[in-house]
Amino acid sequence: MPLDKATVAQIATLARIRLSEAELEPLASELAHILSWVEQLNEVDTSGVAPMASVAHTGLPMREDEVTEGGQREEILANAPRTARGFFVVPKVVE
Amino acid sequence: MSDPSLLALTLAEARDGLVRKSFSARELATAYNEAVNEIEPLNAYVTPTPERALAMADAADHRLAKGEALPLDGIPIAVKDLYCTKGVLTTAASHILNGFHPPYESTVTDKLWQSGAVMLGKTNLDEFAMGSSTTTSYYGPVENPWRRLPEHQMGDNRPLVPGGSSGGSAAAVAARAALAATGTDTGGSIRQPASFCGIVGLKPTYGRCSRWGVVAYASSLDHPGPMTHTVRDAAIMLRAMAGHDPKDSTSAPVPVPDFEAALTGDIRGLRVGIPKEYRVDGMPAEIELLWQQGVEWLRDSGAEPVDISLPLTKYALPTYYIIAPAEASSNLARYDGVRFGLRVEGNSLEEMYELTRAAGFGAEVRRRVLIGTYVLSAGYYDAYYLKAQRVRTLIRRDFVNAFDQVDCILTPTAPSAAFAIGDKSEDPIAMYLNDVFTVPANLAGMPAISLPAGLSGDGLPLGLQITGRAFDEETLLRVAEVLESAAQFRHLPSFVAGGKS
Repeated sequence: MPLDKATVAQIATLARIRLSEAELEPLASELAHILSWVEQLNEVDTSGVAPMASVAHTGLPMREDEVTEGGQREEILANAPRTARGFFVVPKVVE
Repeated sequence: MSDPSLLALTLAEARDGLVRKSFSARELATAYNEAVNEIEPLNAYVTPTPERALAMADAADHRLAKGEALPLDGIPIAVKDLYCTKGVLTTAASHILNGFHPPYESTVTDKLWQSGAVMLGKTNLDEFAMGSSTTTSYYGPVENPWRRLPEHQMGDNRPLVPGGSSGGSAAAVAARAALAATGTDTGGSIRQPASFCGIVGLKPTYGRCSRWGVVAYASSLDHPGPMTHTVRDAAIMLRAMAGHDPKDSTSAPVPVPDFEAALTGDIRGLRVGIPKEYRVDGMPAEIELLWQQGVEWLRDSGAEPVDISLPLTKYALPTYYIIAPAEASSNLARYDGVRFGLRVEGNSLEEMYELTRAAGFGAEVRRRVLIGTYVLSAGYYDAYYLKAQRVRTLIRRDFVNAFDQVDCILTPTAPSAAFAIGDKSEDPIAMYLNDVFTVPANLAGMPAISLPAGLSGDGLPLGLQITGRAFDEETLLRVAEVLESAAQFRHLPSFVAGGKS
């Protein structure tokens, strides 16, 4: 199916990936190429067939609601690009 | 220079030699550390860990001396750099995990260390395991230790890809710079590089090996598994890697058998399915011939070949290329520049996210995240994602029906031998077609193994694949070992550590 630049820009915004104007056109044709290839699935009759999210059919196991580990603030923050006073730091989001 | 004959061992031989005290774990680790250095031009390792290897080997020697050997004591192995290793740089071959040192160990590698294995280092891969050639790594492509025979190069002696995405693991084992390695297989990423590099690669049943601590690509399709020199080695590794893990909700609460004990050599009366849909257009005649040879080998061993049909085979790849990117777009949402890895500053939180992800993801990862975002977005979810999930149900049904008639299925692993680095990189779909024979087992969750069975006309390894029933790796391994004995694949790559002797 054809995919226009505006659609690619919209997807990129949803995916939080910054694209330059020059990247939109080639990506539109690449993605359209892949999408038209996967559309051969329309040849398959799937009426009445249930969708499958996973082959693991054990159901989601429950566990006791208890603390198993925790209190590892230093370890958890150790890989963060910016921290302060035991918190992750991000650009200001409140006006 | 340490003893190069240590590099020619299989894992089983090394295990037995350590117990007999023919050599020490330290001697073995020293030889393999040197081998890791020697194969540096292949770019198979992202991060060698030689000091850790020696420390782990010394601990193994201590246990061996006391007669308290663990199952893998002193065995030097490589770890695909998709497994989190506590305190050791873990990259997923992506710039976005820049500098990430996990504060935890993946369940599978933890089990391997608890079994006494020795870590040689972390191996290169396609970025986030997305690829079939190990050319999309932020750390550069991996080179296959095999080259075409000089008389068949016709002026083209370009280095070849090792396959992917576990290409660093495959190249390291093939070039004798690890006795075994871990890989992961989402659409063929253990089996196809095993085929391209002339080694054994096993994708276990979904749920057999825990995914906890393995960087997620497509959670319903990701399978950790071993890559080894022999089928017996794969059986030994799988036993150490497998087992129920409460930290992975899809991990199966089933016992782990002694897979090595299943290698009886007796496959008399076993029914082996030969699916007609795997005769695809453009597949070289030599692969078709090798497949026929495989059928004959199994027949000669007392198995009964049975023609079967897996009608939806041709739809497995397009199904995969909806489901895998969809899951990837969700899984990769965690890379936001806040908690770990790369961060590119911006004037707002949104801008920081967007700039970080633009700088951190390579072209193929970006492509798949965008495709995944699209097929999950409002208005397209039913047409693409739900449709693919319905076809997946039918693909699995194909296998379930087939296993009413047969005990396992024999096919080629890949439709070609290794190709040159740079080839197929212009057309994503040409690259995706590498996985045409391997993707179905991921969608169905069935175990499958690739083993080297012959050489192409230009001297490159070709693999055969056996697919089995869910949680019946024992039959799979038994058949694979019989095929391995018949094939007598003894060829070595052009380049091996320690030299060809």
